[in-house]
Amino acid sequence: MTTAELMDYAEVIERYDPVLGLEVHVELSTNTKMFCGCPNSFGGDPNTHVCPVCLGMPGALPVVNGTAVESAIRIGLALNCDIAEWCRFARKNYFYPDMPKNFQTSQYDEPIAFDGHLDVVLDDGEVVRVDIERAHMEEDTGKSLHVGGATGRIHGAEHSLLDYNRAGVPLIEIVTKPITGMGERAPEVARAYVTALRDLLRAMDVSDVRMDQGSLRCDANVSLMAKGAGEFGTRTETKNVNSLRSVERAVRYEMTRHAAILADGGSIKQETRHFQEADGTTAAGRTKETAEDYRYFPEPDLVPIAPTREWVEQLRATIPELPWQRRKRIQEDWNLTDEELRDLVNTGAIELVAATVDAGADQADARSWWVQYLNQQATSRETELADLVITPAQVARVIELVGSGELTNKLARQVVDGVLDGDGDPDQVIEKRGLKVVSDDSALLAAVDEALAAQPDVADKIRGGKVQAAGAIVGAVMKATKGQADAARVRELILERVGA
Amino acid sequence: MSDLTRLTAAELADKIHAGEVSAAETTQAHLDRIAAVDGDVHAFLHVDAEGALEAARAVDADIAAGTAPASPLAGVPLALKDVLTTRGVPTTCGSRTLEGWLPPYDATVTRRLREAGVPILGKTNMDEFAMGSSTENSAYGPTRNPWDLDRIPGGSGGGSSASLAAYEAPLAIGTDTGGSIRQPAAVTATVGVKPTYGGVSRYGLVAFSSSLDQAGPCGRTVLDAALLHEVIAGHDPMDATSIDAPVPAVVDAAREGARGDLSGVKIGVVRELSGEGYQGGVLRSFEAAVAQLKELGAEVVEVSCPNFTYALPAYYLIAPSECSSNLARFDAMRYGLRVADDGNHSAEEVMSLTREEGFGAEVKRRVMLGTYALSSGYYDAYYGSAQKVRTLITRDFAAAFEQVDVLVSPTTPVTPFKLGEKVDDPLAMYLNDICSIPANLAGNAAMSVPSGLSDEDGLPVGLQIMAPALADDRLYRVGAAYETARGPVLDKLGELEAAK
Repeated sequence: MTTAELMDYAEVIERYDPVLGLEVHVELSTNTKMFCGCPNSFGGDPNTHVCPVCLGMPGALPVVNGTAVESAIRIGLALNCDIAEWCRFARKNYFYPDMPKNFQTSQYDEPIAFDGHLDVVLDDGEVVRVDIERAHMEEDTGKSLHVGGATGRIHGAEHSLLDYNRAGVPLIEIVTKPITGMGERAPEVARAYVTALRDLLRAMDVSDVRMDQGSLRCDANVSLMAKGAGEFGTRTETKNVNSLRSVERAVRYEMTRHAAILADGGSIKQETRHFQEADGTTAAGRTKETAEDYRYFPEPDLVPIAPTREWVEQLRATIPELPWQRRKRIQEDWNLTDEELRDLVNTGAIELVAATVDAGADQADARSWWVQYLNQQATSRETELADLVITPAQVARVIELVGSGELTNKLARQVVDGVLDGDGDPDQVIEKRGLKVVSDDSALLAAVDEALAAQPDVADKIRGGKVQAAGAIVGAVMKATKGQADAARVRELILERVGA
Repeated sequence: MSDLTRLTAAELADKIHAGEVSAAETTQAHLDRIAAVDGDVHAFLHVDAEGALEAARAVDADIAAGTAPASPLAGVPLALKDVLTTRGVPTTCGSRTLEGWLPPYDATVTRRLREAGVPILGKTNMDEFAMGSSTENSAYGPTRNPWDLDRIPGGSGGGSSASLAAYEAPLAIGTDTGGSIRQPAAVTATVGVKPTYGGVSRYGLVAFSSSLDQAGPCGRTVLDAALLHEVIAGHDPMDATSIDAPVPAVVDAAREGARGDLSGVKIGVVRELSGEGYQGGVLRSFEAAVAQLKELGAEVVEVSCPNFTYALPAYYLIAPSECSSNLARFDAMRYGLRVADDGNHSAEEVMSLTREEGFGAEVKRRVMLGTYALSSGYYDAYYGSAQKVRTLITRDFAAAFEQVDVLVSPTTPVTPFKLGEKVDDPLAMYLNDICSIPANLAGNAAMSVPSGLSDEDGLPVGLQIMAPALADDRLYRVGAAYETARGPVLDKLGELEAAK
């Protein structure tokens, strides 16, 4: 497909209403897998985190991970869902080499959580409510590495390598109800929803939520309705969307692609598409001649799960303050304007600032550091703010040193640079790079004398009452001390020295 | 023939623990017997002489050291159905697809036997993946009935029952999905028990139909079965469907029953499990057994379980449905047979060709039946309806057990037929399980105990006793009382053999 076959976005919005459905898979960060005692950890040498159960060996049986069920219920509660009083696992039957049993133990018509919603804040502060259809438990598959062939997919590969370390890792699949009426903001809503979900799950400490590592994966269903039409159009499901930005790009791309086809009198093929990060397009997967029939039936190897209401309420009590509640409280506590709050949220700095404040810093100083200097550093270092190696406690220490006069703002930035470069914590960087403010008067006096001697005419002017001329000497001293002197103190010493 | 092979397990245990004979010579005697007769009987697929003798010698070392035996059956050898995994010892399930597979782990039943000091003589023949009533579906050739080598030993556990009847082993383990312990016991004049579902762990039992499969003890006497029952039963955290409750005191019940008093026991004769299709000699043997139970003091009444009529069709929807999913894992990717792996076939083709070659006709028939029954659009009519029938049958049992303590019926409608007689008529073959299937569908406990020989063909007949879930002890009490009154049946085979 060439770009000529895409419709201009403004025209898309003029002629069609987009409908979204987002399916997010979240790998839980439990210690062990969903149905066995193998470690649940990312990576590892291939096929080292495996046992008869997660390899689907003949005779092996699953046992449900209680912590995963707890996480599922907590996630359901945080998404304002009803929690099933009784539910079962089901087998989803299909053949694929990286699925050890050739069925996935999942949930079908009896999800553990259903009928919820998540309020999502857009960039301009508008709040959109996304309805949640269901959240259910299932197990992850292994990973296939297809070697040879052009596409990196199984079709056309020379051979494939299988790694079952991921097989059986607990997953929660969260499915939205159709998201309608968003118009041109649909792609942004999709990104904001996944962002909100990520922040929520991170705050709950139930998942690593790393899209780059696949611990949070989003499948975006997109369809278009002609303006005024009552029925949803045919949808496509786009997979391989591996960043928040890609969620927005993939939705937007599909909207423009669908629109071009529809406007040309064509029809959309219901299919799975793969997002291609490099050019922001989507490509059709291998089309199946027949619809997949998963032959779901209740998993006979597991007993039903019937969470008591007492247990559910106990779990509800363990849910921490959620991101939007926290935002509201922080705005009130710190007396922030909407714009200031938005800066915090949009830079992803809110939790970092809060942690810095918890470590003893003033909120205005903490905000300034994270939203401005550190945010610039993250951009120039091409990383996320949260992934910078500096910790909130270290930022608080730097702020403390500035407050006590031991660092100037300029020095403080150098200290922070040192921490970011991996030279250790702020005190170690100061030590290593000799960055402390020179507060030793004798050392400063020597520099002052030297500067006065070098510019006798200026010294005379000061002596003659032109105090503002001292600026030139201050500058010379600062230069000589490589900026490590406290300029105000230097000024005092100059005036003392010339006897003005 | 060594005398040791003619003793019961209880007698052997007494002699071994008293130091009169060693476990090693007991095991060797049975290995010798296997070497002498198994060429004709073909009860074993694999004999593990080395492993069995090693286990026996460990028991002898304990006894020599004055250590208490590991269990009441320590040193008494056993034949294990080839559907339970044995670490490092071949486990084929009677299928070509698992030829040469060495499981990396022991089934829980296997582990408990090892911990109890029970030497495992080898793995017994069976219908492929436990699907059949004659062992003719074994990929490795049929087992023959010691009563008449031209006749079937029952199935699927014909190897286990034949090994007992041929005095190759004093104890055996079977598994029972629709009668695979009880029907072979009936046609070889041995004792077989299907414990309450969840009473014995299924971990390591290669699944045919997960909601129906249950491993259980086989012996030549009710007491021997009870001793074995207590070794293998009990809660297992590796099996989510395992019942977390004390094991019923079946050995005590067997000893009490052997005193021959059933006064106060109420027994129900199931009206629906007799009549048309039942061999005359079988019905007459059953009537004699009922008369004998009355003589023992039991009160006998007729009860009706109207939904038992639908048990067979319901079973042939549920069991194939689950099997179609359970057997999906045999795909050549991780273990077992792999064909067409020549670089010219795709993974999908290798899977398909391997399954084509690795599975026999009956397995394919059931996989196809189950795949169809679970298909979208057919699920409700087939699998869904069958589950409703299952509920109705469970209610029939519950209502009957309000009136009586145990239910009785013939175990099978006919005596053992000739090899080859029914191989081309699956429906006739399926009818063998018409009496045994209801207990599997409801999950309650049932036993087959020899009730003599049919007066028209001189072949064994079994009496089936059925008890409520978790009341397995009632089977043993009634079974032992009847056995004592009836007298040994298998001895007649010994007489026949001696007369040759």
